[in-house]
Amino acid sequence: MDDTFPRGRTAIVSNATYGLGEAPGLSSMDLAAHASVAALSRMGLTPADVDGVFIGLPDDYLSGLTLSEYLGIKPRISDNNRTGGSAFQTHVAWAAMALAAGQCDVALIAYGSNQRTASGKLVQSNRPSPYEGPYRQLLPISSYALAASRHMHLYGTTRRQLAEVAVAARGWAKLNPEAFMRDDLTIEDCLAARLVSDPLGLRDCCLVTDGAGAIVMVRADRARDFTPKPAYVLGAASAVTHRDITNMPDLTVTGVAEAAPRAYAQARVKPADIDVVELYDAFSINTILFLEDAGFCPKGEGGRFVENGAIGPGGRLPVNTNGGGLSCVHPGMYGLFTIIEATRQLAGEAGARQVADVNLAFAQGNGGMLSSQAVVILGSEATL
Amino acid sequence: MGYIRPLQDYMEFLSKGKLMLLRSRSTGGYVFYPRVAEPRTGATDLEWVEASGRGSIYACTIVRQRPPTPHYNVVLVDLAEGPRMMSTVVEMENEDIRIGMPVQAAIIERDGAPLVVFKPANT
Repeated sequence: MDDTFPRGRTAIVSNATYGLGEAPGLSSMDLAAHASVAALSRMGLTPADVDGVFIGLPDDYLSGLTLSEYLGIKPRISDNNRTGGSAFQTHVAWAAMALAAGQCDVALIAYGSNQRTASGKLVQSNRPSPYEGPYRQLLPISSYALAASRHMHLYGTTRRQLAEVAVAARGWAKLNPEAFMRDDLTIEDCLAARLVSDPLGLRDCCLVTDGAGAIVMVRADRARDFTPKPAYVLGAASAVTHRDITNMPDLTVTGVAEAAPRAYAQARVKPADIDVVELYDAFSINTILFLEDAGFCPKGEGGRFVENGAIGPGGRLPVNTNGGGLSCVHPGMYGLFTIIEATRQLAGEAGARQVADVNLAFAQGNGGMLSSQAVVILGSEATL
Repeated sequence: MGYIRPLQDYMEFLSKGKLMLLRSRSTGGYVFYPRVAEPRTGATDLEWVEASGRGSIYACTIVRQRPPTPHYNVVLVDLAEGPRMMSTVVEMENEDIRIGMPVQAAIIERDGAPLVVFKPANT
């Protein structure tokens, strides 16, 4: 059957973040509720106006019920899809279809985590595999390191090129007052940092922070009632390739290679049309893999593509303009924050890091060990 | 045994010194990790067969530890029969492990349980 995704028929009309960095004394749900109320109130809405709830917290299996109870929402539609950090892109896809089909009128997509102040470690909602566990890989970094080792072997990708990714992210973070890490970072700093799981070192790894985010979606015919610059949902697609890294068919090809072409087709755009690219950079290798798989450069060329500051401020392609998971925020699952930054760039709300003339934004989420990939393409009114 | 008990059977074989894979009688496809149906085909006519133990390194990482705890390696091995497994290379310096290198399985005991490791193959 033809793909009948409701291109441009729904829009993100509000976004909010809360407690990025450290937010002591608040639970993950407290943080998600803060962000939710903030996103709603910007548009004159209250929780009582919401009838579609989308959330997935790592520490609450039934978080869709909890958020509804907490905020007094009576959802007609709720979705707790948990594909890891890509869950929020899948929430946008399902919210778009539910809104377009009249199954809800106001969709709230929210996330929060207190993992920095609560535990200081990346929260793992993984069950250990009996076939991987005895080998004591550091999860999740070793799985990503295995992918990086393979990419280096096949394509000659270097640690210096990985460092370019981290330095570019820091360059954007320095322009973002919300970013957690804003001090100077050089290629040499990255290369000198201690190795954690070869070939990945400390500066190749995302932050461990608290933080929450929320977005509000409505049908396009109401979008302009809420904001002069809605982010219209033009396409949203996802793919699952495996669960544990051992079972990833090719460690240098992610599910973005499947999901992105479907999202482009829904949106009727091509990679060269995209103005800002927000990728889930849990580790520096991610950015290189996803740039390739999303068609911004050929397979194997990602390392060379990012050289010489090409994806930093003033480079040829603006990537992870909030500073990414590497330098802005990474509260366990980061996918919603790529959507929020894409929305802000489209709305012209991005302050010193605002990219000029943004009409098309690409927001990607990664879940598990490169296991689940999901892509959302957002556009300005001019793209409808 | 009347039916496949994936993890239980696998570990019992390992404790007897045998690295076993599953193979579908109808499709001939090898399956690892052990499960009750072949991926994609759903074939359930699976039988245990002994692996050759031959393989090659597909990917490699060195997990860094705070001294004096020694660093250790974690690898993915492509088995000659097709499936891939996670393991570790022994009898070789971590830094000398190369992707593509031929390796041979061995079963050792660690923490009271049998564990599949790989040694450099004599080629």
